[in-house]
Amino acid sequence: MVMVQTESLFKSFGALHVLQDINVTVQQGEVICIIGPSGAGKSTFLRSLNQLETIDSGKILIEEQLLLHRESNATVERASKEDYKRLLLQMGMVFQSFNLFLHKTVLQNITLAPIQVKKISKEQAEETARNLLDKVGLAEKADEYPSRLSGGQQQRVAIARALSMEPKIMLFDEPTSALDPELVGGVLAVMKQLASEGMTMLVVSHEMGFAREVADRVLFMADGIVAEDGPPEEIFTNPQNPRTRQFLNSVLPQ
Amino acid sequence: MLEALQKIWGWLPALLESTAITLELTAASVTTAIFLGVFLALGKLSKKRVIRSLSSAYVFFFRGTPLLLQLFFIYYTVQKMLQGVAVSITDNPGLQGWFWDGFANALNNSPLNNRFFAAYFAFSLNIAAYLAEIIRAAIQSIPKGQMEAARSLGLTYGQGMRLIVIPQAYRRMVPPVCNEFVMVLKDTSLVSIISLMDLTYQTRQISTLRESQLVYIPAMLIYLVLSAFFTIIFNKIEKKLAEHE
Ligand SMILES: Nc1ncnc2c1ncn2[C@@H]1O[C@H](COP(=O)(O)OP(=O)(O)OP(=O)(O)O)[C@@H](O)[C@H]1O
Ligand SMILES: [Mg+2]
Repeated sequence: MVMVQTESLFKSFGALHVLQDINVTVQQGEVICIIGPSGAGKSTFLRSLNQLETIDSGKILIEEQLLLHRESNATVERASKEDYKRLLLQMGMVFQSFNLFLHKTVLQNITLAPIQVKKISKEQAEETARNLLDKVGLAEKADEYPSRLSGGQQQRVAIARALSMEPKIMLFDEPTSALDPELVGGVLAVMKQLASEGMTMLVVSHEMGFAREVADRVLFMADGIVAEDGPPEEIFTNPQNPRTRQFLNSVLPQ
Repeated sequence: MLEALQKIWGWLPALLESTAITLELTAASVTTAIFLGVFLALGKLSKKRVIRSLSSAYVFFFRGTPLLLQLFFIYYTVQKMLQGVAVSITDNPGLQGWFWDGFANALNNSPLNNRFFAAYFAFSLNIAAYLAEIIRAAIQSIPKGQMEAARSLGLTYGQGMRLIVIPQAYRRMVPPVCNEFVMVLKDTSLVSIISLMDLTYQTRQISTLRESQLVYIPAMLIYLVLSAFFTIIFNKIEKKLAEHE
């Protein structure tokens, strides 16, 4: 099944054209790494998928159902209210800056949305939350406040929090960029495990090792377009686009 | 000297009684204004332009005109306007019957006829405008990522505000709101002009009736003690909140 499909996504901030005709198809279970220079529109692309940004025009389909179709800044068609909510909840998001709720404990961070949005009982939500914490290796931190955790631990809690809504697609926006180098591994390990369990993942990341090892496809974005799209070994060893080559030269250790 | 102290001692019960009015008015107005202020702040942050403009206009008006005139306007003008409407209803042959009678009656006897209520109403509306700015600033000081995380988990904007943003902003609102409370405590002395029996009015009464200017001394002392008392209490609360950061 096609989990995510975009058709001619356009998005600008004022005069700045950030997304220009993005057409991407993501199959179930695929892990996609998105790389590209700063300002390429990688974050904006992910944020457009889960509606943190509103596209100017284009179509977004989730699980082969139309989520939203806009033309020249106006909505042409949109899923029915329930479908819209349901389709959005298929996507979970992990942010570069974690964005944990600072006034809530780790456990409360993870149970909040299931209780408020899915109306699940507190007991059941807590049980699920503890399982998720176990999975990200932080079972003993349930009652801590986020400010008392390291960045890597916070990011793993953020992953557990996103998983609490049982999404089928996970969006990661530079999940390890804000971390000290020694904390990156723990987060990547959790992401690898998710990938091995068959989660569909879109990952904006410059962790080339992760991309090589885990990604099925690498998208290279520049100036609001997907300039190159292919399996990691192809992109990394034999990039077709000169901009890709130039970018890889600048980020890969020689 | 002893005579003076005895005089002051004799006035004290009356002064303290009216101090209760001052405190009640302050507490009631500030409490109401906090609720109103949250809505105004959310209005100022709304995506809808009409709501934003209305909230801004409200704040602009109440901060841009003297509180005393607002008090006069509500106590005299609005009351007169309501009574005017009541008269025109009674005089209109087309508007008779129990419903219109009752309506006219209600307008004639609106709570604004009550000095305390009129003052409470004016102060609440006025303080809300000031608190709206404080609350808006506190809400905006919470990083955008908090709301984005909430939204990405399926919470509505309202839930995100209520459960995530406002509880975090709340801690940052406490110091300026407490500050405002102490200011209002003293500003309520304005209500003496519409003859509401607050501490200031009582003081003036005593000074004219007993022909003594001494009474201003205990009156100011009472204000001073109250300000100090609340400042200390609020500082304690702020410390407590800071511990939980
Ligand atoms: N809310 C906004 N308002 C105005 N401009 C924005 C906004 N968000 C992003 N931009 C601009 O859009 C462009 C693309 O931003 P985006 O964050 O998508 O890039 P990116 O590829 O994620 O870059 P980075 O690697 O630095 O995160 C940038 O030039 C950015 O300054
Ligand atoms: Mg980015």
